[in-house]
Amino acid sequence: MRTDIDQAAGGEAPAPRPVKKNYIRPLDIRRGRIDMGHGAGGKAAAQLIEELFLAAFDNPFLRQGDDGAVLALPAFDPAEGRLVMATDGHVVSPLFFPGGNVGCLAVHGTVNDVAMMGARPLYLSASFIIEEGFPLADLQRIVTSMAAAAREAGVPVVTGDTKVVEQGKGDGVFISTTGVGVLPAGVHISGRHARPGDVLLLSGTIGDHGVAVLSQRESLAFETAIESDTAALHTLVAAMLEAAPGAVRVLRDPTRGGLATTLNEVARQSGVGMLLREADIPVRPQVDAACELLGLDPLYVANEGKLIAVVAPEAAEALLATMRAHPLGADAARIGEVTADPHHFVQMATRFGGRRVVDWLSGEQLPRIC
Amino acid sequence: MKYIDEFRDGDLARQIGARIADEARPDRRYSFMEFCGGHTHAISRYGVLELLPSNVRMVHGPGCPVCVLPIGRIDLAIRLALERGAIVCTYGDTMRVPASDGLSLIKAKARGGDIRMVYSAADALAVARAHPEREVVFFAIGFETTTPPTALAIRQAQHEGLGNFSVLCCHVLTPSAITHILESPEVRQLGTVPIDGFIGPAHVSIVIGSSPYEHFAEEYRKPVVIAGFEPLDVMQAILMLVRQVNDGRAHVENEFTRAVTPEGNRKAQALVSAVFELRPSFEWRGLGEVPYSALKIREAFADFDAERRFALDYRSVPDNKACECGAILRGVKRPTDCKIFGTVCTPENPVGSCMVSSEGACAAHYTYGRFRDIPVVAAPVPATEEVTP
Amino acid sequence: MVELRPNDQALVNLGGIRKEVSIGLVDGVQLGDYVIVHVGHAIGTVDPEEARRTLALFAEMDHTP
Repeated sequence: MRTDIDQAAGGEAPAPRPVKKNYIRPLDIRRGRIDMGHGAGGKAAAQLIEELFLAAFDNPFLRQGDDGAVLALPAFDPAEGRLVMATDGHVVSPLFFPGGNVGCLAVHGTVNDVAMMGARPLYLSASFIIEEGFPLADLQRIVTSMAAAAREAGVPVVTGDTKVVEQGKGDGVFISTTGVGVLPAGVHISGRHARPGDVLLLSGTIGDHGVAVLSQRESLAFETAIESDTAALHTLVAAMLEAAPGAVRVLRDPTRGGLATTLNEVARQSGVGMLLREADIPVRPQVDAACELLGLDPLYVANEGKLIAVVAPEAAEALLATMRAHPLGADAARIGEVTADPHHFVQMATRFGGRRVVDWLSGEQLPRIC
Repeated sequence: MKYIDEFRDGDLARQIGARIADEARPDRRYSFMEFCGGHTHAISRYGVLELLPSNVRMVHGPGCPVCVLPIGRIDLAIRLALERGAIVCTYGDTMRVPASDGLSLIKAKARGGDIRMVYSAADALAVARAHPEREVVFFAIGFETTTPPTALAIRQAQHEGLGNFSVLCCHVLTPSAITHILESPEVRQLGTVPIDGFIGPAHVSIVIGSSPYEHFAEEYRKPVVIAGFEPLDVMQAILMLVRQVNDGRAHVENEFTRAVTPEGNRKAQALVSAVFELRPSFEWRGLGEVPYSALKIREAFADFDAERRFALDYRSVPDNKACECGAILRGVKRPTDCKIFGTVCTPENPVGSCMVSSEGACAAHYTYGRFRDIPVVAAPVPATEEVTP
Repeated sequence: MVELRPNDQALVNLGGIRKEVSIGLVDGVQLGDYVIVHVGHAIGTVDPEEARRTLALFAEMDHTP
């Protein structure tokens, strides 16, 4: 429909009628599916972005409607100020699992990567690669969950992108997130900083996420009440850094490959060894049982809401107390110490009484767990 | 976890360890072979060796079915996937065993072969039901524990008339392997590989019972103690073996009385003999041709025999020259005796099968025990006291 | 074993994890029995009396050098 401004022959010009938009049927979230049109950059794409993504993530940055976001950084001394940037791809299968889905996983994952540097996460970007045929209802569930996770963490998604690939070329949806944050002055956290004598602190039970995801895989089909531990850890980190400034040397979140892989990475980076005590590592009984049933070792199973901290020995007690006082660190434990070892072995005193090496994971034990 | 946690108790472990140290005569060495992948794994994972006195030594025998699978058999499976377009279903560990032409099942998968990891033979049946238009082959390996499930699957396939399902049968037998080791020249010569006794396998014995081992005890005068697969079971079995050796006895004893009976699982045994029969000879990696040591599918179930269905022609392929898997499987050499252990051959890049399976002697040693090969420096205690002049 | 299911299947419970396994290889398994599972199949049952005896054996107090 077009509108014309009536041009009366003589007399007063009437008030202009408002321009009516072309009628566009709203997205059928309930039954609709992604098709190649949604990725073409045209009207369908614009509608998808507006009605699904923007509606969920809504914030002043996104409302500008530009290709990039203009960000204000908190004032800091440019000479001292440092920016931290981190990025992740999320390809977890299945997309929905007890305790979460690929959406909130993506937010937590990148917020945590920034936090593990000791930085305060500020902004996130999110890019979606969606497979043709993917149900809009599922997409909305994921995006809503992501938006909620971002809001809860206080870290907005300020810019994003969507692309669509042909059916069979994707696995539902892949999400890529990038985060930026600022490092407070005087914070120097790196995998290179572990020293012999340092204490290893773990924020809680291991193996929850991996077991929760596996329980959804048809071929394994076991029932469990275990939920993924996916969570944003930046407030826990902030509390720790405040409680003992300078005492936290290394922070890592043990995701794919589990605690064992993360500790081996740090040992190699810092050129040290480690000695753990199996009896002190917290594992939920059901996670233990699931691993027993599947022939897995909890040390190698992924976590998405836990961190490992290597800290100066004199601050260990205080930091442990700080962690336990935080909701995400209630089961925090001291699990071992850093040793001097030119071969960078991570060793463990077993509950049984003997000793074993906790080596790198070899091969792909659990595909697509994150 | 009931019947599991109690059998991993650290205090009991120390007590049994003390008893072994007490009763092992200081003037002699004891050398026992454990024959079960589960035992190899338990010993490594729980650090059992630490709790034994230095004159009691454990030798890893060929109890890992993946480790004794010859390259030629894996080549057959790879060819079925790449050249005949079959969906090949296999247990996890088999995927990474290096075969000919730089391939393995996992590498063949990357080249487009439809190769799927399954957790049981029943899963392979499910794949066959889901894909009636494709040929589905189950790569069946393992000792007497995995054989009954395969038999069950074949019988089920016949019952359902699943025309697209077949099995590449590489099931092997435990007693034949033990005989072969005892007959090998190194062992027969006095003093070369003094194996004083055997720890009998756990799961296998549940199926075959304890009576098949009587033969070894009598014929070769070697004691056999069947042990459960928890670390306390293994330690108790070692103690029982030490006692037998000290007393000059050579009997079959059963430590795993809670699950193993003299006759074993009759139902499973009957099922296996209905579906399978003995092969006159079969090649084992590292042991060469071993008579009456493996099974093939009976004529009555010929429709489900992949070797017949695809007219497969087995070709023997020699191992890499530097690989000592053969000697290690026979207990003649240790992982550290192999020139390429830990350097060229690692779990990430396995050259031989002992390194692939987590039950293999080399993989177990590399993953859990190699720290013992190298002196590790203890952490210097950070100085906290003032030094008073 | 916590539940019998058709087609020779059963639901087992280990430390809170529940999984379906085949009981086609064992005879006469009752609810409450403990089974040993291998590659998705129960291959045998655990005799509670023998288990108790074995644990007692581990803890034998009478060891004489």
